[in-house]
Amino acid sequence: MAAIDIKGVGKTYVGNVNAVSDISIAIADGEFIVLVGPSGCGKSTLLRMVAGLERITDGTVSIGGRVVNEIEPAERDIAMVFQNYALYPHMSVYDNLAYGLKNRGTPKAEIDARVAEAARMLELQPYLERKPRALSGGQRQRVAMGRAIVRKPAAFLFDEPLSNLDAKLRVTMRGEIKQLQKRLGTTSIYVTHDQLEAMTLADRLVVLNGGRIEQIGAPLQVYHHPASTFVASFIGSPAMNLLKANVANGVISIGDGETGLRAGLPDGPVTLGARAEDLRLSDSGVGMPFTLAFVEDLGAQRLLHGHCAGQSVVVAVSPDLPLPSELRLAIASDRLHFFTADTGKRIEAASL
Amino acid sequence: MVENRPFLKLLSHLVLILGVVIVAFPVYVAFIASTHKTTDFITGVMPVLPGSDFLATYKTVLFSGLAAAGAPPIGMMLGNSLIMALAISIGKIVISILSAYAIVYFRFPFRQLAFWIIFVTLMLPVEVRIVPTFKVVADLGMLNSYAGLSIPLIASATATFLFRQFFLTVPDELLEAARVDGAGPLKFFKDILLPLSRTNIAALFVILFIYGWNQYLWPLIVTTDSEHYTIVMGIKRMSDVTDAEPQWNLVMAVAILAMLPPVLVVIFMQRLFVKGLVETEK
Repeated sequence: MAAIDIKGVGKTYVGNVNAVSDISIAIADGEFIVLVGPSGCGKSTLLRMVAGLERITDGTVSIGGRVVNEIEPAERDIAMVFQNYALYPHMSVYDNLAYGLKNRGTPKAEIDARVAEAARMLELQPYLERKPRALSGGQRQRVAMGRAIVRKPAAFLFDEPLSNLDAKLRVTMRGEIKQLQKRLGTTSIYVTHDQLEAMTLADRLVVLNGGRIEQIGAPLQVYHHPASTFVASFIGSPAMNLLKANVANGVISIGDGETGLRAGLPDGPVTLGARAEDLRLSDSGVGMPFTLAFVEDLGAQRLLHGHCAGQSVVVAVSPDLPLPSELRLAIASDRLHFFTADTGKRIEAASL
Repeated sequence: MVENRPFLKLLSHLVLILGVVIVAFPVYVAFIASTHKTTDFITGVMPVLPGSDFLATYKTVLFSGLAAAGAPPIGMMLGNSLIMALAISIGKIVISILSAYAIVYFRFPFRQLAFWIIFVTLMLPVEVRIVPTFKVVADLGMLNSYAGLSIPLIASATATFLFRQFFLTVPDELLEAARVDGAGPLKFFKDILLPLSRTNIAALFVILFIYGWNQYLWPLIVTTDSEHYTIVMGIKRMSDVTDAEPQWNLVMAVAILAMLPPVLVVIFMQRLFVKGLVETEK
């Protein structure tokens, strides 16, 4: 177990392509960090640099206080779980688990004990003699996890480990990973493009975009206070509504219509953010007019897709609520998020 | 195609039978000829029904040798062919799997150039480079030796290319997982790549063994001492007698015997080959 310190790390590929630039994250011992972002944002590259599978071109990575830039992956005291599991197809489950230990010259008795322990933890005992091809997707995933656990490394690195599983199994495995990590208390870095996985697993989220950090924070902190329009639209489902708005004398208007909302902001254009569940249908005949396009019934909630002043908006309402013929939206002004119109950075509005 | 049309079934069987007959008939003729007496061929007509001298012919070929026909004992020629074919196939596999490993998994200057040079030699069969190769082998004093028979035929672009193609299909994650698991380049090769290549090695071995066994021109040129004659060129020498009728029954018996080892290799390796094919799944 160890803290991982990523300082000013960058990756430049041949031909001056910047995959990752100037990333700094201080990861505490035992912390579960999730790197999340759309494909191509550099999250996997960053993880592979920590693992030592990719050369670090700028900055330093240290694991347990030791700078590991020039150290081979095997010497870094990390274990990695790959997206396609990367199990050795010709070896039995036992050999797959034991291979890393054998290479380190661990005594036979200890290998046996550690494999047995990992197998027990992951409920893999009945399958130890099988080859990976005779296992289901979830079992293969467990073997991949087991291969990481037996080594008792300072850190686990997960590279989208659940994306090859079906939706139901993914939820189950997600829970198992979380429990396992809590039980073992091993520092973990987990890469995913799935914001739900990120929200549920992380102690702290790192949202990446275009090779840069958009925001670091606890899942709810990121959810409730997104640092930019990118984070706002990426974290949370349905995505946060982002509307082009204008502020004049502290009054917000969208398109031609005034919203009746006020904000302590200087005059000028602004991007207004509102979560679908924070918007509600107003019954008093005031609020922004909303034209309904279609409805998605999810059971627990009903999503109304439509437009406000020509900009698309999603509203989450209770499924029991009858829909009036003329819809108007209302929102509490403390639930609004403001972002600059040009850079998309968050603005904290002065309270009124 | 799962179709139940009697006519199509009949037609496809006819085509298959025709194919089998065309391929098998010469072998049949050779076998039949080996069961007759030498004198049966003087008329110039090949018999198509088995004769009575099967045991006698094979006894002569196997045990008394063919001194009269000017060829060394057949056992020795079979042995020579076996040594040559094994040396060529094993040598080719070892060298090409190592060079393919280097080309696919290591970054070194002129890597692509090395690959292309190997690739270009695909276009040069033994016959094209036979004169310079002979000169080199002769200067090195390797004429009339097993080394001279096999080494010039060992370098193989085809096998290197096949292994390269196979290695490219092995997922990168496997290499990365092995690196994280603390396996160095040699360990990765030995523990992971080699077992995964088993089926490819078996398939190549079959092909290369037959290639080596059937070599004709090169052994003919490089050996003058009958101690190093191979079976395939031996057949030619036997039918090439002066001032006498070739002993066709004996020649054909030798041909049948020469055919056996490749057939055995195919039959034996096929089991491993098919098993491997069924097992392979990533």
